Amino acid sequence: MTEANKGGTSVAVGRAATEDGVMAGPAGDTVLDVRDLRMTYGTNEVLKGVTFSAERGEVLALLGPNGAGKTTTIEILEGFRMRSGGAVSVLGTDPAHGNEAWRARLGVVLQSWRDHGKWRVRELLQHLGTFYAPYSSEKIRRPWNTDELIEAVGLADHADKRVMRLSGGQRRRLDVAIGIVGKPELLFLDEPTAGFDPHARREFHDLVHRLADEHTTVLLTTHDLDEAEKLADRILVLAGGRIIADGTADELARRVSIEAEVHWTVDGVRHVHSSADATTFVRKLFEQHGSAVQDLEVRRASLEDTYMKLVYGMESGLADGEDAARVLFGEDQRSAEEGIR
Amino acid sequence: MNASAVAIRSGIYRGFAEIRHLLTSGPDLFNMVFFPTITLVVMFFLRDSTIPGTDISIGSAAMPGILGMQVAFTGFLGVAAELVVEREDGTLLRAKAVPNGMLGYLIGKIVNATINGVIAVLIVLIPGLFLFEGFSIDGVSAWLTLAWVLALGLIATIPIGAVLGSLSDNPRNLGLIMLPLMGLTAISGIFYPMTALADWLQFIGQCFPIYWLGLGMRSALLPDSAAAVEIDGSWRYAEMIGVLGIWAIIGLVLAPILLRRMARRESGSSMAARRDRAMQRVQ
Repeated sequence: MTEANKGGTSVAVGRAATEDGVMAGPAGDTVLDVRDLRMTYGTNEVLKGVTFSAERGEVLALLGPNGAGKTTTIEILEGFRMRSGGAVSVLGTDPAHGNEAWRARLGVVLQSWRDHGKWRVRELLQHLGTFYAPYSSEKIRRPWNTDELIEAVGLADHADKRVMRLSGGQRRRLDVAIGIVGKPELLFLDEPTAGFDPHARREFHDLVHRLADEHTTVLLTTHDLDEAEKLADRILVLAGGRIIADGTADELARRVSIEAEVHWTVDGVRHVHSSADATTFVRKLFEQHGSAVQDLEVRRASLEDTYMKLVYGMESGLADGEDAARVLFGEDQRSAEEGIR
Repeated sequence: MNASAVAIRSGIYRGFAEIRHLLTSGPDLFNMVFFPTITLVVMFFLRDSTIPGTDISIGSAAMPGILGMQVAFTGFLGVAAELVVEREDGTLLRAKAVPNGMLGYLIGKIVNATINGVIAVLIVLIPGLFLFEGFSIDGVSAWLTLAWVLALGLIATIPIGAVLGSLSDNPRNLGLIMLPLMGLTAISGIFYPMTALADWLQFIGQCFPIYWLGLGMRSALLPDSAAAVEIDGSWRYAEMIGVLGIWAIIGLVLAPILLRRMARRESGSSMAARRDRAMQRVQ
């Protein structure tokens, strides 16, 4: 039995849900405040008490397995779906009663839209922008200047193309452009970079950072954990109808997956071992094998490892952490057992 | 200017933009012109046979009815089809995500459907005036009759089209609307005087707008003597306005209720569900 088996528990970390000052009510800078959000379809309870909040300018990534209720959560926050229970405040308003002035402060980018195929890019952005003009203020000028916006999302070469002639990645960038044409204070992005090539992805990340610098709060869902780590100030993991983790990628890794993986080679044989105290382990390793130890590598858990552990730990039940680990680390475990004896 | 006024103005722009897209897209133009062209050609070959007992050619007599049918089909099907398709492709959800976007969308649809109706009439009317003897617009009163029949016809059919479109979110069901509409056309005296039909079929036909639109167009475009072959030997304006008016009221009452219900239910996941269903159809 190795250390690796002990990790499959779920912990709420960082600015976790239920305690501390966030509960003081929507202060001036709290953009999103969700408490004990519940959603039931028939007898199926999808959300069993989701609690989190976001400050102005924060970028939040909402992760979770398919069917965990990410889209449901976002749709409730967008005001597109009525909730079954709990308290929700989005920009200081209950989304169930949000008016058009409230709507003007939100940006929404959903998965896979293919509307307005016959429109040209510039024409469409110009047209949709006009709806936001009445909601322009001294502080926030709405809408975004069409040409600047097209430039910002990297569609300058395609501004006069019909939307249906755009490639998948270009289409997605247009979706993002439409989402931000009204200079939203809060932007919802549902899997924004699906279908992007690495270059487009990098450009998109820069755009999100720029929006965050201008104090736009962003809530995004993604299956790309690398992207979540790069973009998000804070990561929320939704599984089993609850937020099971809430914190920075580092905080999550530190709290959930305390073991580091140590890889090394002795006499041409590769070894792996998981250890809570990698430093001590490595010292012992050298005491035992001396200069025979080669290719030494100490790996902190990646966000992906952390996520897998959290979600599988959750899904297979808290008491059943061993099984979760076996599913996940089956091979690693075997090689670890073949390690130093 | 307040936000609703801005949305209405943007909606009007939207309606015209959609017409521009229609007129600059080859396949759309083809669809628009195809059926009227076929009909015109057929009618042109029938121009020498006359309706028994009169000297009016079958071609000329059917032309106004075809105009009426064009109005009815554009109003019913055009709007219904666009609502169903645009719900599936996300246009409606987009409108919902934009402030006052639904208002702008609906204004756009009304403008678009109205212009479409006018175009559908002109496509048949203009060549018809050159091709058919006895089919002509004589004087201001004929133009006025044409205008009010067209206007009332659009008000009677567009809201009903919106109702039909909001009831179904599956493009497949459009066929279910199309078929009864074809059947209705057959018993609405479009191509042949209605008096040739059995009484009960005449009764059904007269319950729906297509017959009255055809009658109204005939009253504007045929000589008054042609009224002789109509039921009661008259254009029956009072009944015409009555039936079309009732349909207009039904549509105008139901459409906002159903459109609001449709808009309220629209969400990303309902759209995704429809897309999945569409994919299954393809496979």
